[in-house]
Amino acid sequence: MNTPTASFQPDRPKRLIMQGITKQYPGCLANDSIDIDIGVGEIHALLGENGAGKSTLMKIIYGLVKPDAGEITWEGDKIRIKDPAHARKLGIGMVFQHFSLFETLTVTENIALALGDEAKDMKVLAEKIRTVSARYGMALNPDRYVHSLSVGERQRVEIVRCLVQDIRLLILDEPTSVLTPQEVDTLFVTLRRLAEEGCSILFISHKLNEVKALCHRATVLRAGHVSGACLPTEEDASSMARMMVGDETPISMAYDKVQGQDIFLQIRGLSRISEDPFGVDLKNINLDVHAGEIVGIAGVAGNGQEELLAALSGEDIIKNHDAIHFPCGPVGNLSPEKRRGKGLAFVPEERLGRGAVPDMSLKDNALLTGFLTGLIKNGMIDHESTDSFAKKIIKKFKVKTPNSGTHAKSLSGGNLQKFIIGREIMQNPRLLIAAHPTWGVDIGAATAIHQALIELRDNGAAILIVSEDIDELFQISDRLCALCDGALSPIKPAPSTTVEEVGRWMAGIFDTDVCDDELFDKKSVSAQATATAVQTH
Amino acid sequence: MDIDLITNILYAMIRTGTPLLIVALGEMVCEKSGVLNLGQEGMMLMGAVAGFIATWLTGSLFFGFLMAIVAGVVMSQLFAMIALGLNANQVATGLALTIFGGGLSAFIGSSFVGKPIDGLEIIAIPFLSDIPVIGKMLFAQDLIVYLSFVLFGIIFWFFRSSRTGLIVKAVGENPHAANAIGLPVLRTRYLAVAFGGAMAGLAGGYLSLAYTPLWAENMTAGRGWIALALVVFASWRTERILLGAYLFGLASILHLVAQGLGFAVSPNLLAMLPYIATVLVLVMMSRNQGRSKMYAPISLGKPFHAGA
Repeated sequence: MNTPTASFQPDRPKRLIMQGITKQYPGCLANDSIDIDIGVGEIHALLGENGAGKSTLMKIIYGLVKPDAGEITWEGDKIRIKDPAHARKLGIGMVFQHFSLFETLTVTENIALALGDEAKDMKVLAEKIRTVSARYGMALNPDRYVHSLSVGERQRVEIVRCLVQDIRLLILDEPTSVLTPQEVDTLFVTLRRLAEEGCSILFISHKLNEVKALCHRATVLRAGHVSGACLPTEEDASSMARMMVGDETPISMAYDKVQGQDIFLQIRGLSRISEDPFGVDLKNINLDVHAGEIVGIAGVAGNGQEELLAALSGEDIIKNHDAIHFPCGPVGNLSPEKRRGKGLAFVPEERLGRGAVPDMSLKDNALLTGFLTGLIKNGMIDHESTDSFAKKIIKKFKVKTPNSGTHAKSLSGGNLQKFIIGREIMQNPRLLIAAHPTWGVDIGAATAIHQALIELRDNGAAILIVSEDIDELFQISDRLCALCDGALSPIKPAPSTTVEEVGRWMAGIFDTDVCDDELFDKKSVSAQATATAVQTH
Repeated sequence: MDIDLITNILYAMIRTGTPLLIVALGEMVCEKSGVLNLGQEGMMLMGAVAGFIATWLTGSLFFGFLMAIVAGVVMSQLFAMIALGLNANQVATGLALTIFGGGLSAFIGSSFVGKPIDGLEIIAIPFLSDIPVIGKMLFAQDLIVYLSFVLFGIIFWFFRSSRTGLIVKAVGENPHAANAIGLPVLRTRYLAVAFGGAMAGLAGGYLSLAYTPLWAENMTAGRGWIALALVVFASWRTERILLGAYLFGLASILHLVAQGLGFAVSPNLLAMLPYIATVLVLVMMSRNQGRSKMYAPISLGKPFHAGA
């Protein structure tokens, strides 16, 4: 393994020093007197959970947010960063988690927009993009439209957009969350090379193994303040995790893997042409989910997850009704309400707008999918039982809220996620389909959600989880597969597959039964066979 | 139908389509930047009345057109102040602008109704205008028609090859991303709205100074609304706007011709023809959702807060 400490020199000159950075939002101290410094050619990790203040700090560096107090020193000079244009001029580039690209423009046009007047000649720029992307091992075709690129390729566009300029500090916000494990390795090679050339890199993440593999130093944030600083190579993952979450929170659990019973959800030959020009077509998907097991579908976002979930939940009615079967018969033509009547519960990807109505109270939101569990009597809402249902969810899943009358939109993302998951689990579904069950949820809450899912499984429910978080999938799934460009990979029990194999599935390489060694053996066998055949002639 | 009739129909088609073309091009630029300004009708009326009064008072058509443009820009900046500066709802603000423009123009112009001025002259280009059938249509028109050809060419080039056009598109697609890479989102939008206002004012001036050189209350007769529909059904593509505007012009003329030839159809029904024909044709063309999505400004009508 490539150890970053080998090249680490603690006395290297500082490129960026931030002291006492404070930013107060209404009701939330996002950054509380934060000190951080980054050296020339250093890869510095900024670690922390969602809501720890990482995003605010980097937006301050990039000029998107103005700090209330604190000093910024850039290459020895005290400065104020006025706006992103100013930051870019200083040589600060940023790769966003939700990309800041324009779908209807080409790669060259996207990059030209960020460059200002230097990008007058598009042909010269396209050539430069080719050279730069080849130099750092990130192949890009400058003429492609961004909407036709995969998520990994889009990230390359963002990185190359920073590299064609004179870049001195590259900020990457959770860059690996959208990549397959193999793509992560390629990215790290590029980043190490950049650092060797003297570029400073601020690597924002909550994935400890990645920080250990890549970064020279790390600063850990918790609840808006610096809770620790360390050399990642000298720490183990659990000590860094402790700095991130504090002492009280349980960090992670290992769960038993089980075998399912009867098939509950049966998908056969599910194909669908997407009506959205930016959408993905589903290609002949076959999958069984048994009662009492958790099936996980890995995959980088935008590979057909949305389309598959819409077909399963009933938001999209598919032409071939037989493609989706419950034990009671084909359900492909049923509305979401009717499918719920047959035992389905569904947690969509978007929390606000799909999972919950932002301007309605938690109680009313509980009613929205819970109406089949006796909350409606003779066509009238039973307010008392609805309220107690909402209160039960809040209590069991530790949703932080003043009361059940709070509007859904005023809850933090993680809290609302707990409420929505809770609402579905409390209905005791026979089939639960959940997208990104712990997206944006802190570690403690994620553990609680995992335990609830396992409990539901042990009570005999069939569970299908779609997630981008490969570690989570390995932790809770009994069987695993991956979705790539609308096609489903082979499925294997979780203990008999590896992160590397699932990573290959995520990249669309499905020939997993033949591993490299076997391939070699077969070749030599067939060569021998040919030789024998020749001899006998 | 003899050849003279066809020549004249084509000539009138261009004349009738021109104000629609101008206002729709302006609105398209505005919408490309992500701002939906429903105030076209109000801005056109203000342009028409301001242009007419200026010309009536000074006798100068040039000054009249200038004032028409100024009136359009002033109205559009009123909209911009509320919708962009204060982040008000763009639909409501635009509707208010139309109602306001209609009332204010009627009030200002009340004492000018029915007064005569000399309209814009036809400039026939020697030789070219003698080409049969299309000569009169393309080369025996007034200056504003020629200007509209040039404007069409400029806007077509603007969105196809210019960097500024790219910025406008980017701001209309994803203002937050545009801000993040340092593009001036609000300034771009203010300018796009102002351009839309100038074009609406010019189109209004064309109606009261060239097309029918007089002022009448509400003389735009819904052209601002047709232009708005045109932009959507043309899927924000310059060449389709040209097509739609002239199609509207052609249908408007045909219904007059049909009346002249004495068809036994209610003239009221015939008067609906241009509106129905334009919308129908463009709906058929924009039926392919996928294609039109490539050109539609995704953040149309959504307010932008910097730093949010």
